[in-house]
Amino acid sequence: MTTASAPAQGRPSNDWPPLRALKRALRRVFDPLERGAERLFSPALNPLAQLGAISFFLFWVVAVSGVYLFIFFDTGIVDAYSSVEWISGPHWYHAGVMRSFHRYASDLMVVSVAIHLLREFSLDRYRGTRWFSWFTGIPLIWFLYVSGITGYWLVWDMMAQYVALVSAKLLDVFPIFGEPLARNFLTPEHLSSRFFSLLVFLHIAVPLILLLGMWVHIHRISRPKVNPPRLLASLVLAALLAVSLWKPALSQGPADLSRVPAEVGLDWLFLPLYPLAEEWGEWTLWGLLVGVSIMLAAMPWLPPFRRAPAAAVDLPNCNGCNRCVEDCPYEAIRLVPRTDGAPFPHQAEVNADLCVACGICMGACPSSTPFRRVQDLKSGIELPGQPLSAVRDSVIGASAELKGGHRVLVLACEHGAGGGDIGGVVSFPCVAMVPPSLIDFILSKDLADGVVVAGCSESACYNRLGVEWTRQRFAGTRDPYLRKRVPRERLATIWASPFEAARYQAEKAAFAARLETLAWATPRPSAEERETRPEEKV
Amino acid sequence: MSQALKLLARFAVLVLVFAGAAVLSNRPVYRSLPEGTGLLTLSFSHGADRKAACRKATPEELAELPPNMRRPEICPRGRPPIRVALDIDGKRTFEAEVPPSGIAGDGPSRVHQRFVLPVGDHDVAVRIGERPEGGFDWQAERTIHIEAAASRAIDFRLDAGGFVFH
Repeated sequence: MTTASAPAQGRPSNDWPPLRALKRALRRVFDPLERGAERLFSPALNPLAQLGAISFFLFWVVAVSGVYLFIFFDTGIVDAYSSVEWISGPHWYHAGVMRSFHRYASDLMVVSVAIHLLREFSLDRYRGTRWFSWFTGIPLIWFLYVSGITGYWLVWDMMAQYVALVSAKLLDVFPIFGEPLARNFLTPEHLSSRFFSLLVFLHIAVPLILLLGMWVHIHRISRPKVNPPRLLASLVLAALLAVSLWKPALSQGPADLSRVPAEVGLDWLFLPLYPLAEEWGEWTLWGLLVGVSIMLAAMPWLPPFRRAPAAAVDLPNCNGCNRCVEDCPYEAIRLVPRTDGAPFPHQAEVNADLCVACGICMGACPSSTPFRRVQDLKSGIELPGQPLSAVRDSVIGASAELKGGHRVLVLACEHGAGGGDIGGVVSFPCVAMVPPSLIDFILSKDLADGVVVAGCSESACYNRLGVEWTRQRFAGTRDPYLRKRVPRERLATIWASPFEAARYQAEKAAFAARLETLAWATPRPSAEERETRPEEKV
Repeated sequence: MSQALKLLARFAVLVLVFAGAAVLSNRPVYRSLPEGTGLLTLSFSHGADRKAACRKATPEELAELPPNMRRPEICPRGRPPIRVALDIDGKRTFEAEVPPSGIAGDGPSRVHQRFVLPVGDHDVAVRIGERPEGGFDWQAERTIHIEAAASRAIDFRLDAGGFVFH
């Protein structure tokens, strides 16, 4: 495998060993699930690649159903329970279904957020400039839980009573209330209806803060997916409706403060730690929660630090065309007024703090063409660790490693299966770093008989948009296009994760076999001639 | 696979996942109290008399004060801790010196303790002392009956004349 120079970012191979093992174990679980979901749903609809968007969608389902339920909900010690019974009883077909939507969409939001967090961790998507989304995601988990717990409280059934008792005990360890909160639930006489008004306020205010936090969470992401594809959203709604009809959300008998809710059907998604509060004590549980939150929040800054040098703009080759700005998945590039007197209004400027050195900007730059006959080949924007000239040299070097009559040169994403291949491989931080003209260069200069562009798995692109941009460029729908003269039958794309090495090798071998059946439009030197005159290639 | 079948399979997978979440939303059942037991909660919020911490001012301290502020006793803002003791069936089950709440230590002392008791009658004796030493200022003894999963409470309210058994 050839790499122009060692890009320091990306691969988690230099992680702390236990962390690396954990990520690998998680990927071993996620990878087959994602491949299965890709096959069944298609990569564009793969729910595992849409977890953030699904979480947003579920939030809106919860919000809309919550507004609907609020129309029928009464606050008060007796009224709260009876109004919820009215919702689930005589009016099950509209309000009851909405109640089930409200509860199950909240539960599913916990599930989707948890899987989202684990998946992003397993893909190593939390370091460098990605710290912002990771860090701002941690308080969202707290807000999500507070939103759900206050909601359970409102129903004022036996589970609500249990939740109230344990929550009060948890909060009473802090000396912020004049009277212990738990005293409100000592006897029926101690409880005031005004308490429910406070809870309603909290149950509305906290989700609003959650929504604000969700907006901040995606603030630094270019083209964030906040809406799942319509078909997937429709399927989610249909499945929610089916489950709501099959197992409607019901209350568990009215709360009775003269009795202990000894047996409760607990929501194990929202309240898994409540039994621990009784078992371990309140301080231990708080310690665990705060400790885990701090540890998660600090993860982007834990060693080893991997920060590759940010992309750099070369003004003599930049005309401010905006393509790199459009393609950057991290909003790290912007156009600013020209500073060098060249006859263009703008120039690109890289914000090094936001750049993850994926190289997609170099693939987007029209000046990134290896055909240019200049002494010092430079692109308008490129990675200092892997500039265009080094890429061209790597391709020529990798070509020399190819022998035989069906030479396949691989341009591989270092996060995919191709990144682990050896011989005739040039790896990149992202396949979208490959300028389409490089493929034209390889084939027209007879550096190979065919080119394989091997990226990450389709719905788990490490740099979010690399797969999409590459596809669009090859299809001629996104600048810079792959020229029409490039024989498409000599180009193959393989999207495979590191765990799909066997499939990658099989597809590559099949492509090589296909190449044997193809004829060149113009005569090419034989394998023997090439080996005797390698310097004449370029 | 035809499009309709594929759509059905997608729907089935989502229903399966969602059904799993729905089941987890109230199963398995959790038992928070062992069978054949009930709960007795000792819960009150009561501030010890500040006068308990008063002391006589020394002549030097009085001399430092303006004449109109010279009082024979100095009573700090903070309250002393209260002493609480609870005996159940003749056995000391809970004994604590509970500090006052608040940053300045001038709030009431707060107690909220839960005791899981087997079903049946229990002799309960509860005492509160407002001074660091000496005897208890408030006390009550009673036999209470605990039913399975019942929640009984002992409160303390000055306006009700002392301990209140619920």
